[in-house]
Amino acid sequence: MSDHDKIYSTKFQDKIERSTVLMFVVTAIAVAIGGIVEIVPLFYLPNTAVTGGDGTYNGTAHKDKDGNVISMDKIVWNPATSAHKTLDEWQAGDGVRPYKPLELAGRNVYIREGCYLCHSQMIRPFRDEKDRYGHYSIAEESMYDHTYQWGSKRTGPDLARVGGKYSDEWHIRHLSYPRQVVPESVMPNYFWLANGKVNVEETVQTMKVLTIMPFNPIPKTIYTDAYIDGAAAQLEGKTEMEALVAYLQGMGNHIKFEEGVNYRD
Amino acid sequence: MPDNRGCFSAFIVNLLEEETTVEATQATPVKYDMEVVRWFTIAAAIYAVVGTLIGVYIASELAWPFLNFDLEYITFGRLRPLHTNAVIFAFGGCVLMATGFYMVQRTGSTKLWSNGLAWFTFWGWNLIIVSAVVTLPLGLTTGKEYAELEWPIDIAIAVVWLSFGLNHLMTVAIRKTSHIYVSNWFTMGMIVMITYLHVVNSLAIPVSMTNSFSVFTGVQDAMVQWWWGHNAVGFYLTGGFLGIMYYFVPKQAQRPVFSYRLSVLHFWALTFGYVWLGAHHLQYTALPDWTGSLGAAVSLAMIIPSWGGAMNGMMTLSGAWDKLRTDYILRFLVVALAFYAMSTFEGPVMSIKSVNALSHYTDWTVGHVHSGALGWMAMVAYGAMYHMIKKLWGVEKMYSESLVNVHFWLATIGTVVYVVAMWVSGIMQGLMWRDYDEYGTLTYTFVESVSAMHPYYAMRAVGGLIFHVGTLIALYNIVMTVSRAGATRSAGSVPAKA
Repeated sequence: MSDHDKIYSTKFQDKIERSTVLMFVVTAIAVAIGGIVEIVPLFYLPNTAVTGGDGTYNGTAHKDKDGNVISMDKIVWNPATSAHKTLDEWQAGDGVRPYKPLELAGRNVYIREGCYLCHSQMIRPFRDEKDRYGHYSIAEESMYDHTYQWGSKRTGPDLARVGGKYSDEWHIRHLSYPRQVVPESVMPNYFWLANGKVNVEETVQTMKVLTIMPFNPIPKTIYTDAYIDGAAAQLEGKTEMEALVAYLQGMGNHIKFEEGVNYRD
Repeated sequence: MPDNRGCFSAFIVNLLEEETTVEATQATPVKYDMEVVRWFTIAAAIYAVVGTLIGVYIASELAWPFLNFDLEYITFGRLRPLHTNAVIFAFGGCVLMATGFYMVQRTGSTKLWSNGLAWFTFWGWNLIIVSAVVTLPLGLTTGKEYAELEWPIDIAIAVVWLSFGLNHLMTVAIRKTSHIYVSNWFTMGMIVMITYLHVVNSLAIPVSMTNSFSVFTGVQDAMVQWWWGHNAVGFYLTGGFLGIMYYFVPKQAQRPVFSYRLSVLHFWALTFGYVWLGAHHLQYTALPDWTGSLGAAVSLAMIIPSWGGAMNGMMTLSGAWDKLRTDYILRFLVVALAFYAMSTFEGPVMSIKSVNALSHYTDWTVGHVHSGALGWMAMVAYGAMYHMIKKLWGVEKMYSESLVNVHFWLATIGTVVYVVAMWVSGIMQGLMWRDYDEYGTLTYTFVESVSAMHPYYAMRAVGGLIFHVGTLIALYNIVMTVSRAGATRSAGSVPAKA
C-alpha cells in the first residue's frame, strides 16, 4: 500500500480531504449551524420586539409585580388605543414611537459622523448604569432603529436616555465646541453642523423606505401618506445641528417605566 | 528524507514533498501563475503602511483632540471606519488573496484555474479599497461597525469575493495531488463563511445611491451584526491566517506540521464552533439572556482547539528551535503563534459574563482586538510575505536581513506597548464607572474617567507609531529587494514572468 492510500485519520475525514465537492459542502453546512441557532429564534421568541406589518407582536412576557402581563400598548405606542393619535400629539411616556422627520434627519447625521463609535445606546441592568444613565434599555426601544445604534465602546457616555437631560442650548454649545463646556472632553468640534441644511428629499425618502421594510416596518397608520407629505414642511430650512439636537432630545423617554417590573424577563 | 517523523505527520510531509517532487521530476515543471500573487503582496505591504498610519492618527486624536483640526473629513468618527477597513480589508484582504493563490497552486501542483479571473479579483478588490478611501471620509456609511461601506460597494465586494472563491475552489478541484492540503481547508471555510456573513449582514434597502438602511432593527440587527463582526475575526482574521500559518510555518522551519490529526481537530472545531461566538458581544444587552450565555459557553470551549492549533504550530519547530536565532522570518511566525495563543485565551475570558460586565464598552476590547490584529494577524502576514517575496522574485535573501530583524522588534514592542496601555486604561475605566463612595453615590463622573485615560491614549499612540515605523521599514526592504531582483532579472536571462 502506498503512502497515498493510507488513511491517517478516519475514513470520513479521508474521503472529505480527497473530494473538493465534499470538503466544500461539509464546510458550508458546518459554518451555517451556529448562526441559524442564534439568529432565527430572535425573530419569533417573545421580548425580541418583532412585529408583523400589521402591528401585532410575537408576544410579551413583561409582567408587573403581581405577575400580570403588561399590555404591549403600554410599552409601544399604539395610536389606535392611545389618547394621542398622531406623532405630533404623542407625549413622553406614551410608549415607543417612530422618529419624527427632524429626528430622523438628525439620526442620519449621527450615523454619518460615526457617533456610534464612541457612544453606546444600550444601558445594562447594573446599579451604576442605573445611577449614571437611567433605567436599563429594553428591546422595544430600538425596534424602529433600522441599523441599530447600540455601539460597542464608551469613549463618551451612553446616550440611550440623554433626551431631556440637558437643554437644547447646552447641546448646541457642547456639540459646537465640546471643550468649552466639558474641558476634559476628547470629542471633535461639530460647530460646522450649524452651517449645513438637512437633506429634505433624502429624509422624506427614508420615511417611505422605512414603511416597506421586511422586518419591523413603521406602520402606515403612523407614517400615513399625509404625514409623509407634510414632512418636507417640517424639515425645510432646518440645520443639521437642529436635527441632531432634536434626535438626541427624543431619546430614551418613550416608555414610562414602573417600579418593580422586570422588563427583560 | 530520514523516517524520524511521527506517523501523524507523515501525510503532511507527503503533501509538502509532493510539490517539490513534481516540480523536480516533471519534464516541464509546473508554471505557476505568480504575477498576480506578486502584485497582491506589494499591495499588502503598502496598505499595511496606510492602515496603521490612519490608526496612529486617530489614536492621537483621542489623546490630543485638536488633531481633528475642525475638518469634517478627518474627524475620529469618519476616519475610524477607514482605519478598520484599511487594515482588515485592504491589508488583510491582499495578504489572504496573495497567500491563498500562492498556497493553492503550490500545494496542488497546478496553475490557477483562471489567471484572468485572478486579475479581475486583484483590480476589483483594489477598486473597492479606493472607493472606501473616497466614501468613508465623506461620511457615506451604513453605520454598521466593520461593515460601513454603502450598498453599491457591498455589491462589488460580493462579486469580487466570489470571483476569488470560485477561482480558489476550482484550482483546488484541478489539483494534481490526491488530498487537499489543510491550508486550503481554512481558506475555503473562510470564503464560504464570509460570503454568508457579508450577504446577510449587508441586507439593506437603499434610499439613494449613497445611503441605505438595514432591513433589521434592534435585537435582530445587533445579533446579525455581531455574528458578522465576530466571524470576520473568526474566519477572516483567524481562519484565513491559520491557513497561512499551516503552510508557511512548516515551509520556513523546513519541518512537517507537528500533528496532522491535531490540524484536523483544529479545523473542524473552529469551523463549527467559531460561528457561535458573536453573541458574547451582546452580554447584558436587550437580547434574551440565553444568547449571550450560549455565546460565552462556546467561547470557553474554543480555548481547546485554539490552543491545540497554536501548539501544533509551535511544536512544528521541535528540534529546530535553534533556527530562531538566525531566521528572522521564523521569529515573526512564532511570535504570531504566541499572540494567537494569548488572544484566544483572553477572548474567552472576556466573554464570561462577570468579566464582560467590566470589560464591555472599555478599551480592554480595543486592546484585545489589537493583540490579535497586530500580534497575530500582522505578524503571521509579514512572516508569510517575507517568505513569499524571496520565492516570488527568486532571491536568496531580502535586501537587508537585519532590517527584517529591526521590523520584527518594532512590531513586537509596538504591539506590547499598545496592548498594555489598553489593558490598563480598559480595566481602569471599568472600575471607575462602577465605583461607589461610602455614601452610596458614584465616585467618579464620566468625564473623570475620560481625563484619566489621557496618558494611556498617548501611550497607545506611541505603541501604534512604533508598529507603524516597522511597516515602513518592511515596505522599504521589500521595494529594495524587488527592484534589485528586477535589475538582475533584466540583466540576466531569467524571464520576467514565471
